[in-house]
Amino acid sequence: MTLGNTIKISLINILKNKTRSLLTALGIIIGVGSVIVMVGIGTGSQEKIKNEIASMGTNLIMVFAGGQRSGHGVSQGAGTSVGLSLKDVERLRREGTWIQAISPFVTSNAQVIYSRNNWRTSIQGVSAEYQAIRNYNLSSGAFFQDTDVAGSRSLAVAGQTIVNELMPYEDPLGKQIRIANIPFTIIGVLESKGSSGFGRDEDDMILIPYTTAMNKLTGTTYLRSIYISTTSAGKIEAQQNQITAILREQHRLKPDDEDDFRVGTQTEITERADSIGSTLTLLLGSIAAVSLLVGGIGIMNIMLVSVKERTREIGIRMAVGAKGSNVLLQFLIEAFVLSMLGGIIGIAVSFLIAFILNTFTELTVVIEWSIVSLAFIFSGSVGIFFGFYPAKKAAELNPIDALRYE
Amino acid sequence: MAHIIKLREACKVYRLGDISVEALKKVDLDIDKGEFTAVMGSSGSGKSTLMNILGCLDTVTSGDYFLDGQNVNSLSKDEYAEIRNKKIGFVFQGFNLLPRTTALENVELPLFYSRHINKNDYNSLARNALIRVGLEDRMHHEPNKLSGGQQQRVAIARALVNNPAMILADEPTGNLDTATSLDILSIFQELNAQGITVILVTHEPDIAKYAGRIITLRDGIILSDEKTGDTCNAGEDRKRMLTKRLKEAI
Ligand SMILES: Nc1ncnc2c1ncn2[C@@H]1O[C@H](COP(=O)(O)OP(=O)(O)OP(=O)(O)O)[C@@H](O)[C@H]1O
Ligand SMILES: [Mg+2]
Repeated sequence: MTLGNTIKISLINILKNKTRSLLTALGIIIGVGSVIVMVGIGTGSQEKIKNEIASMGTNLIMVFAGGQRSGHGVSQGAGTSVGLSLKDVERLRREGTWIQAISPFVTSNAQVIYSRNNWRTSIQGVSAEYQAIRNYNLSSGAFFQDTDVAGSRSLAVAGQTIVNELMPYEDPLGKQIRIANIPFTIIGVLESKGSSGFGRDEDDMILIPYTTAMNKLTGTTYLRSIYISTTSAGKIEAQQNQITAILREQHRLKPDDEDDFRVGTQTEITERADSIGSTLTLLLGSIAAVSLLVGGIGIMNIMLVSVKERTREIGIRMAVGAKGSNVLLQFLIEAFVLSMLGGIIGIAVSFLIAFILNTFTELTVVIEWSIVSLAFIFSGSVGIFFGFYPAKKAAELNPIDALRYE
Repeated sequence: MAHIIKLREACKVYRLGDISVEALKKVDLDIDKGEFTAVMGSSGSGKSTLMNILGCLDTVTSGDYFLDGQNVNSLSKDEYAEIRNKKIGFVFQGFNLLPRTTALENVELPLFYSRHINKNDYNSLARNALIRVGLEDRMHHEPNKLSGGQQQRVAIARALVNNPAMILADEPTGNLDTATSLDILSIFQELNAQGITVILVTHEPDIAKYAGRIITLRDGIILSDEKTGDTCNAGEDRKRMLTKRLKEAI
């Protein structure tokens, strides 16, 4: 009957008390805004990580030294573990039917010096095929060739960070740098990849021939890992199984021995990164959800004060014929409209913040409509939920007592 | 004529902890349709208590109240609200207008809570009520921009707007000067002449003399109940008073 009127009364009341309304809605504005931005940051970094993994190269399979981490957390006994060696690489190249390119991978951290500048970075020893496996593009120069690898030549392909740190104002090509006191010549510079979603600087590294790395830098014969790119994207499991079989044979493992290496695919990594990203999103989202809850309690708080403050008004309304249900509805609608309004403003604010973060910072904020609508619906429910108690208190007032209230 | 109000052995007891105050003690009262009644009595005699019960703002502790032949004792809170809305217009000493709300909106208020009135009629009904109390030129003023007399006229217009059978006024002139009081009283007299039952509470015999019947309360019982044969006309008295003042001033 008077629902339209009640809505009208509520709206009039909200508009007549703009400051109070805004303060009431502020909690919701902050709550909704932070939920959307936080989840947006989570989703953004998740997508960034995914893109990065995709750009690592298609059909990528990695073999890591060390056993499969089983449920019991027991790795291989020290005596049986031989790690990965160049023999494994050769055997895989010979027998792996799908293998398109393959590269050993050794790494160590070392001090790099150029004239007066020095910088500690990750030195990665790889084959010439590594460039294709990882989809690396060069911004200048060239990658080293198979002959360079065979000849253990001291050539280096530097990441952008290395150039920025050691020789920001010079053309790096052909420059001599010293890695762990061994002179190397820069023959190429990698295109910048930016910092990864994991927070690691992907440009902070130097690629050198693995032969050079093993002979001159690490002095070991074992590999950290093996990178393989395969010919077709499908049948990745079959490929994985074949690699496992070849390596088990090569390592002379008995049928009931566990693998002393681990074969990882890009899908696996994507999944893992995805789950890390989801956890991050969930964490950020729940922190923000708490602030939305606090916003709801804020609404209740101010509505309760408002009921007290407006006791006379309620008395007057009742004296001229308002029923308890009319008063209940009025306060409920006020709370609902306020929190919806807060929700809308919060959404607007979140878009603004997302824009600012995307434009001026490294962060990527991806706002999904599902989160926006969820936050919107949630803010409305918060209004009804937390508005109910104060509204009920108002409705239960006795007209005479309410009129007499000072 | 039929009784619009019939009170039988109406008692009202206020309990404050261990102490209980008997504000009304077995009051019997009949008021006819179209009567203009003044309720008098010293402070604390139970006038407001009686009015609140008659106005369905409060209930009796024991006894019976028949309004328009209907025993209202058994009604629910919502039914009370509906009676207040449809049958009764209440005018308070302190006006009780909604702040920051125009005169017109204040007068529209009872219409909002009425089932039977078409939305499109709100405005014209409220306007008419304001015209009846002579406030057509102050419709869009908020209470704090109106004089006491004007505020009370808005309150009367609000009481009128739903075409109630009776208007109850608890010391409507308590906050007003004599001339303005007479002004307000003349409005009540006019309304009464149009057939509305009026009951008003007052301290002052000067005001009560404009009613056709004077009931005096003391300590919660009716001390006297007299019909005055020949009532004064508030409107004319006001004119006379103002002319007299004018002459004195000259
Ligand atoms: N809510 C209440 N709680 C307790 N006692 C009350 C309450 N309202 C009124 N009373 C008591 O009831 C008695 C009658 O009060 P009431 O307000 O009806 O008097 P009144 O005739 O209107 O007085 P006044 O002329 O001062 O307005 C008084 O003794 C008063 O103290
Ligand atoms: Mg009183």
